[in-house]
Order: sequence, then C-alpha cells, then structure tokens
Amino acid sequence: MTAIGVGRISRRRRVTNTILCSLLGLAVLVALAPLVAVLVYTVQRGYHALSPHFLTRSMRGVGPLDKGGGAYHAIIGTAEQVLIAGLLAVPLGLLVAIYIVEYGRGTLRSVVRFLVDVMTGVPSIVAGLFIFAFWVVGLHKGFSGLAAGLALAVLMLPVVVRSSEEMLKLVPDELREASYALGVPRWRTILSVVLPTASAGITTGVMLAVARVAGETAPLLLTAFGTDGVNRSPFKGAQSGLPLYVFTQAGSAFDVAVRRAWAGALTLIVFVLLLTVIARAVTARSRVGVD
Amino acid sequence: MTAVDPPALARSARRRRATRRADTAFRLVTLGSGLVVVVLIVAIGVFLFVHATPAFRKAGSSFFTEKAWFPDNSPARFGIAALAFGTVLSSIVALVLAVPVAVGSALFLTELAPRRLGRVVGYLLDLLAAVPSVVYGLWGIYYLVPRLKPVEQWLDRTVGFIPLFHSRAGIYGRSLFAASVVLAIMILPIIAAISREIFRQVPRADREAALALGATRWEAIRLAVLPYSRGGIVGAVMLGLGRALGETIAIAMVLAAAFKVDFHILEPGGNTIAANIATKFGLSGGAGRDALVASGLVLFAITLAVNVVARGVVYRTGLAAAEGKP
Amino acid sequence: MAKRIEAGGVTAWFGSFKAIDDIGLTIEPKQITALIGPSGCGKSTFIRTLNRMHEVVPGARMEGKVLLDGEDIYGPEFSATDVRRTIGMVFQRPNPFPTMSIRDNVAAGLRLNGVRRKAELDDAVERSLRLAALWDEVSHRLGRAAASLSGGQQQRLCIARAIAVEPDVLLMDEPCSALDPVSTLTIEDLMSDLKDQYTIVVVTHNMQQAARVSDVTAFFTIAGADEPGRLVEVGATSKIFTKPDDERTEAYITGRFG
Repeated sequence: MTAIGVGRISRRRRVTNTILCSLLGLAVLVALAPLVAVLVYTVQRGYHALSPHFLTRSMRGVGPLDKGGGAYHAIIGTAEQVLIAGLLAVPLGLLVAIYIVEYGRGTLRSVVRFLVDVMTGVPSIVAGLFIFAFWVVGLHKGFSGLAAGLALAVLMLPVVVRSSEEMLKLVPDELREASYALGVPRWRTILSVVLPTASAGITTGVMLAVARVAGETAPLLLTAFGTDGVNRSPFKGAQSGLPLYVFTQAGSAFDVAVRRAWAGALTLIVFVLLLTVIARAVTARSRVGVD
Repeated sequence: MTAVDPPALARSARRRRATRRADTAFRLVTLGSGLVVVVLIVAIGVFLFVHATPAFRKAGSSFFTEKAWFPDNSPARFGIAALAFGTVLSSIVALVLAVPVAVGSALFLTELAPRRLGRVVGYLLDLLAAVPSVVYGLWGIYYLVPRLKPVEQWLDRTVGFIPLFHSRAGIYGRSLFAASVVLAIMILPIIAAISREIFRQVPRADREAALALGATRWEAIRLAVLPYSRGGIVGAVMLGLGRALGETIAIAMVLAAAFKVDFHILEPGGNTIAANIATKFGLSGGAGRDALVASGLVLFAITLAVNVVARGVVYRTGLAAAEGKP
Repeated sequence: MAKRIEAGGVTAWFGSFKAIDDIGLTIEPKQITALIGPSGCGKSTFIRTLNRMHEVVPGARMEGKVLLDGEDIYGPEFSATDVRRTIGMVFQRPNPFPTMSIRDNVAAGLRLNGVRRKAELDDAVERSLRLAALWDEVSHRLGRAAASLSGGQQQRLCIARAIAVEPDVLLMDEPCSALDPVSTLTIEDLMSDLKDQYTIVVVTHNMQQAARVSDVTAFFTIAGADEPGRLVEVGATSKIFTKPDDERTEAYITGRFG
C-alpha cells in the first residue's frame, strides 16, 4: 500500500477524478443558469407592465402606438381552447392507456405503443398544419377556437397516454386479483379499482399535459389565427390565445406593444409554472372514500 | 339477517350474458381508442400530402433545390433548400451545445449528488421544459441576443479563421448561432430527463463492482455507467434532435429571416422550415399556404424518421421505461 | 351454504410449462382442507384453478374438471365472474383497495355486483367484520383508510371483504405468510370459527399451521425442477401427520426435505 508507484498513479487518478467530477457539477450550474435568467428577466420586465387593466381589456380599437390594451380576449381564448383539448384528449388518452396496459396483446399493442411514442415527437407546427389542412380548409370550417382545441388535443393525447400508462402499470396486480376474486368483471375492476388507485398520478399527468399545450403558439397561428377583439364562441370565427398574443405583440416595433408582450409572457409563465408545481404536489397519496 | 340472495351459480345466466357483453364492449372501446392513434398518424401524413400536392406540382424538382420563397408570385419561385439547411444546421449546433451539458448534469445528479439535492435540481431542470417557447423567444430577443454579441465577437477574434465562426460584415446578433443557443436551452431538459432515467437503470451491482475494484467515482462512471447506457443516450440525443428540428416560435422570433445556404452562423439571418411557416402563414395566399403545407410535410417526414429511429434505439437497449418523459 | 368441491384430472400450464399434473381431490364442506408441500409443488396453482383465477395470468390454461356440488365451474353456462362470486379468495399478502375506506373495502364486492341500498350494505359490512373478528377494532373508524390498519388487521379485512358477498367456499392462499405470529394465531382462530359456515381450503407452507387448523391435509410435491407438481396423498390431518402412507410425505413432515 505504501509503494511509491501506486501512490503516483493514484494521485493522477485522483486529479482526473476531481477535474471530471467538477466539470459534471459545472454542467448542472450551466443548465440551471438559463432557468434563473428566464424567470428573473420575465418577472422584471413583466411586473411593470402587468396590471388589472391588462387582464380585463382586449385589443379592440387599440392602435399600434396606443398605450393600454390587454390580453383579456387572449386569456378567454386560451381557456376555451385548452378546455376543448382536455375534453377530447383526456378521455381518449385514458382509454388508449387502458388498452395498452389492461387489454392489449401482441403486435397491435406494440404498434399502438410505438406510435404513441412517435406522436410525442410530432412538432407542434405540424399538428397545426394538420388541423388546418383537415379541418379549417379541408372541411371548410374556417379558423376557430375549436380548431385550435383540436390541434392542441393532437399534441396532448400522447402525453396523457404515456403518463396514464405509467400510472396504471404501478397499480399492483394483487388489487386486480382481489377484485376478480370477488367476482367483479374486468371492466368494472378497471373502472372501480384500477383507475381510482391510479387517479392521483393520472391527475398529475393531465395537469402537466395541460401546462404543456397551454403554452403552444405555433398551432394557434394556423388554426385560431388570432384577432384583436373578444370572441367568446370557440365555434365560430378567429380567436386569440395568450401565447399567440405574446407572439404578435413581440413582433411589433413599438415599445408599448413589447411591454404588452412581457405582461402576457409573465401571465403565461405564472399560469404554466403554477400548474406544473401543483401537478407535482398532487402526491401519489391515495384518496379515501372513493365510490 | 340475510341481506343478499345467496349467489347461486345456476341462477345468474342472464347476468352472466350481460357481464360478458359489457366486458366485450369495454374492450372494444379501448381497442378503438388505440386504433385512433394509428389513424391519427396516418391522417396527418395523408392530409398534409393532399394539400401539398399542388405546390409540389408547381415547383417540381426545384422544390428541393430552390432557396427563395415566393410561392404567391407569378411565376412562383419557392423551395426548401435554404429552409432545410437552416433547420438541420441550427439543430446540429444546438445538439453540440446541449448534449454535454445535459448528459453531464444528468450524470452529476444521478451519480454524484446527494439523493435529496439530485431530486430537487432534477425537478428544477424539468421546469425548464415547462417554459413556453414563446417566452424563450421573447427572452432570446431582449436578453440573450445582446449578451451573446460579445461572445460572438470573441469567437470571431479567436477562431474566426474557421468560416463557421467568422462574420464577414463584422455584425452579429439575430444569427443562426443565437437561435441555436435558444434551441439548446429548450432541448437540454429533455435530453437531461431521459439520460437521468437511463443512468438510474444501471444495475447497482455494476457500479459497486467497479468501486470495489478501487475505482474512483469518475472511473466507476466510465467503466460501469457509460458503457451500459450508451444506446439509451444515443436515443435521448435523437429525441432532442427531433424536438430541435420542429421547434418553431422561439426561432421565428430570434432569427432574422433570410433565405440562404451559408455556414457563417455568426452572421444575422437564416431560416428554418418551422419558423418560416409561422412567419409566412398569416401573410400568404392560397398558393402560399399550400407551399407552406408542403414544407411542413417534409418537416413531418424528417421528424418522423428521426423519432422512429430514436425510439427504436431506446427500445432496443431495453430501456422502454425511459422514453416519453417531459 | 357450504358446498363440496370435486376436482378431477386438473392439469395446468403457464405457457408451455406444466405446473400441475392430473390432480384429483374432493374437498368436503364445513371442513378445513390444508394443501401442503415444498415450494413450487403447485399447491397455489391448484387452488387458483378452483375459482378460475388461474386464467387471469396471461398464457395460463388448464384441463380437467372442477365441480361445485356437482356443477362444472368451467362449464359454458358459467362465466369466471360467477364462479369467483361463489368461491371467495384471500391472498398471500393483504391487498385491501388503497383508495377505499375500511367500510368501502368490505362493501366493495357487493357494490361492484350491483347492491345499492345503504342499509343492506351497512348490515353486510357489520356482519362480515364481526365474522372476521375485526368489528370491535374498527367499528369506530369505518371511514378511515384501509391502509391505516396493521398487516394482520388488513388481512382480516380482506377476509371480511371475501365473505361479505356470502360465498360458498373460501380459498386462502398462504394467508399468514406475510404476518407476524400473533396475527397468524388470530387468523387461525378465525378460520376455525368460519368453518361452520364455509368450505375452507388453505394453502400453507407452515406445517404446524396445517396441523393446528385443518381437518384434512393434502400433500403435494414435485419430482424435480421443470417437473409438474403432483398430489401425493390426502387424508385426515391427524393421520397425515402421524402415520402417512407415502414415504415422501413422511420425509416432508419430519423435515427431511422442503
């Protein structure tokens, strides 16, 4: 143990170890730096621009050089579009996850699983183009909040499937067996025992999926198109959305518009991060008294 | 005292049929939902193709060689040469920047950091993925681009003899490089999250075997962790690539649009397929939109191919549990 | 209520692996029948063919006949669901439904089978919990999560859940293997109490337990790895543990192998 040769080698190894481990630590700091920078800068710029006025006014009749104006119409749009996306993607996604975990067999199951994974990689602009080609002009439905909801649903579906699938897999088989042993048919076992057991995890997954699509801009450009005024109906006519609003305002050359963009960005980021944080806080702790 | 009828086997024929029917119905509903996924992927391809056909017909083979984008002019002149070039180049630069940081931080968090710290920081990295791309775009224009200028100047001064890092006019700013930095920040959390999953699956015994031989922590990483996870990391990188190729809004905002095939990435200007769709769509006429759909079809095909290969790699390394994490 | 089970020629596979071969056994009502034998001898597989739980495992299949008071439970006129409602089961590890309260766990079988009236459910819950010797411990906290109970209590809760649907037979697959000695004794007492009303089959790897609680004992064994499990002999517990006919049985109960 005291041989000099051994000592010299181990010193070199020790130095290598220290340098490389420090580099790995540095990587973490480099990775975290943009998060801090984005959050701090957005809060700084957005804080001054954000006001009750901003949250309650639309852009109707606000000229490019005018102060004032707000994102009310965009917030309404986003709320409706995300709701539509959720109403479509969550039940469908759950059923797909149930198929994959509970019923699927053989090749078809693998194909469905694989395609769900591939679908998570479909760029959001492509989802927008698809709904544009299929719904907006293909079926002559025109631009609308509903079209945006459809595009967002396409993006949300694979995320919901994947997270629900993971959660369903965590439900121990012993619980399914306990239910079968009581003479409960399979479909009731899934609905009354498996789903409630996985519900906390599924909720988290759904909230993360909502947070993801709520911040999407590209599909809205091609489906909701955007407008300055309030359009409460998602079924008829162009609609704005919060991310789209930020994009449009940021594209302006004028300071007043850029201020509005920052206010919108702050609103959006607060909503999305709040949702993300709450979603993680919904722990896997089981709820009691499920019927 | 008997609250329920004693269940008799023979008496439940009717109920049994009902149960069986309900079970079959439910199974078919879930199967149908699974098929919806298959149909959706096919439908995306088919609808894009149908709408792209007029544009393909009009442009012919020049669609793949033409750099300019004037689909609404007559005669129309448009093609994806410059767009495809910008898409691929920006994604590659983004990968070069993001992969070492992402894999390095994933290694640190799983192998070196105390468990608690690893979890908290991992959670923060996931938050990076939750920031909407429009916010990255806005931040990119107003925060990052001005602060990158000195970095770009420094690069030009020190390694400017390589054309890649030289600006001929001496101006910097909303360049492909800046767009790539934003892209790198956006794909970093994805690559890091999947890498962490992969490192976590390295059997503890492998790691301990290396440590028991007197390996240092870095040597244990090099001997046990990295060889085991190579395939998975390749998959993770490719998933990051898929995301980078399709990223739209942040690039549309940061990059000053220009249609050129040019390796001088520090010079302002450039474009990508996705960003071009976003910036041109609102101003385009019917023919212009068809042309944009055609470019989108190409993007869809590329990302689909990248994703299929990436998933294949991840599956083959038996790390199926690792994919699909945000 | 308690019914007789006659199993004949029961052979079961997992994929291409034959787990048990040609088991024939008659299980009398109002008695406790213990299935004993070394690990992997197929006793658990056999008990799971008695209420068609075997087929839950993907790739599993079986041949042979299982009659419940003369009716073939694998006959085309019965579904697995009907069979399992009639033949209850308690598992190795306590598996109460984690999202449900104590009350809802006991009522789960009834409710999932369509019983809706609250009074009826409350009656059944109290009756089953009393029968499972758990009522005094939980009557004041029926709304609490089942997970708040101890392991032994959870297992008694699972027994209450199984008997709430008033089955004819109670199958118990190593019900005490995950429990401490005190809880084990409680469950054993409970089994003796329940045998007036039920046909009870219990799989155990604990020979003292078989000797303590059962009236009839069946001994299973395997000839070697990859061989299917076979029934060696069956008889009154007192006889099996004192004067078994087969030398393999004797070797096992005297602790020479297994």
